[in-house]
Amino acid sequence: MSDAAVKTLSDSDVVVSVRIRVARNLAGFPFTGRASDAQRQEVLQMVTHAPLGGAFPNGLAWVNMNQASAQERQLLVERHLVSKHFAESTLPRALGLGHSEELGVMVNEEDHLRIQSILPGSRLNDAFELARSFDQALEETVDFAFHPRWGYLTACPTNVGCGIRLGAMLHLPALRYSGEIERVKRAAKDLHLAVRGYYGEGTDAIGNFYQVSNQVTLGASEEELLQHFRDEVIPKLVDYERTARQMLLEKNRPLIEDKVYRARATLKVARLLGAEEATKLLSTLRFGISTGLLHNLTIERVEQLLLQVQPAHLAQIHPFAAEEENGRLSRALLVRRALGDYVEGSPES
Amino acid sequence: MKCDLCDKPALVHEVVIQNGKRVEMHLCTEHAAAKGYVLPTVPVMQMLQQFASTGKAIKAQKSAARRCEACGLTFAEFRQTGRFGCAACYDAFMPSVAAIIERAQSGAVSHRGRTPKRIEGQADRAAIRRQLVKEIEAAVAAEQYERAATLQGRLHQLGMKTNPAADPPTES
Repeated sequence: MSDAAVKTLSDSDVVVSVRIRVARNLAGFPFTGRASDAQRQEVLQMVTHAPLGGAFPNGLAWVNMNQASAQERQLLVERHLVSKHFAESTLPRALGLGHSEELGVMVNEEDHLRIQSILPGSRLNDAFELARSFDQALEETVDFAFHPRWGYLTACPTNVGCGIRLGAMLHLPALRYSGEIERVKRAAKDLHLAVRGYYGEGTDAIGNFYQVSNQVTLGASEEELLQHFRDEVIPKLVDYERTARQMLLEKNRPLIEDKVYRARATLKVARLLGAEEATKLLSTLRFGISTGLLHNLTIERVEQLLLQVQPAHLAQIHPFAAEEENGRLSRALLVRRALGDYVEGSPES
Repeated sequence: MKCDLCDKPALVHEVVIQNGKRVEMHLCTEHAAAKGYVLPTVPVMQMLQQFASTGKAIKAQKSAARRCEACGLTFAEFRQTGRFGCAACYDAFMPSVAAIIERAQSGAVSHRGRTPKRIEGQADRAAIRRQLVKEIEAAVAAEQYERAATLQGRLHQLGMKTNPAADPPTES
């Protein structure tokens, strides 16, 4: 196994997923917010019918967002495939989705195109290549709004230049428990990074999951931005969280054990579970696994559960969830069943 | 000095010639007003500040009323939403836009990433230089020397000189 592969795997204790987002606008049209509905339809037609030169052998499926149900739209938000703003909009808009869900393209978001690639773990290079291949394939047939001085033009001046945002969903429980997170947020600001919540801009960091992304998109090449984020930003934050974990375990082990085992116990016996409570408790289990306090359970299984306990996902899985007001009964049942198989018989129980 | 008619301090001083005689007059605010002198009711600095800010307000109104001819967005609307209406807004609202972008982008002054293949080689170097030179001049005039130096640095980075004649010919 190569060093890079080992590094990729070993980061999963902190790095949940990575994301590349590319903002593009078609030349000759007002940006989405200023365009008429007819112009928005035209943009939609141009993008969804553009030949992509075989860049995606498995193709892209186009989802008409106005025909999708509220639950389907929520499902896409929970998978981080569309922004809340996009899900709630009523403008003519569509989502292009690769079959592996690793590539998504929002048409008529704030910009005409928001190409997005999300991959689990630290596979930033792969995510970058995926987003770039779509960007370039489309660029073969349509003209993007471009300015010799400002680069790719975007509705918001914070995205101009390369139009690329590199992001990582990080699990930072130790920095949160030790009270260091505010210091990290301040340091991140100095490094021109944005730190946001679970569902992006304007949302809370539920379960100590934080989205970190670059704020500067002008004045550096795409490769320089990628290199900086991959080789400096992520490793620094990973190291910071790991150091905090080590210190907490050395100085406050009973406190951490208590948090982890209480979370496991609650999840195993709870009869009613809200989505936010479940997310927080599962986050603590994730922390327990990555610090070696919990066995017989994997991070992947917890990740899966973290998705399944979200309202729209739960409604898809559990037949009774939709009839309940908040799905709390169904959610508790789902978690009890899932953890019963894994946690019973672990060395600590 | 006291008022000629009371003990209050005199604020109006006047020398008048009456019947060939030189007469000095020193009056407090009230007595001066009573004698028909028009007095400023507000201190002069405050008046000047008001005047200055009125000037500013007029300038701000003018700037807010600027409009992008392509999409109709006004600068005031942009300030309110932080979103441009179309690609042409970037040029329509110069140089305010340049300052806003540079601030949002931590001082970066121009794009260094890739250029779309379809327009590669067509990017108008002369236009970039003209724009940069114009902004350097504006920065120097406003005594923003640090900003002028950054822009000058960018010009050199692009292999350009302030004087267009000194530039190497553009590759076609």
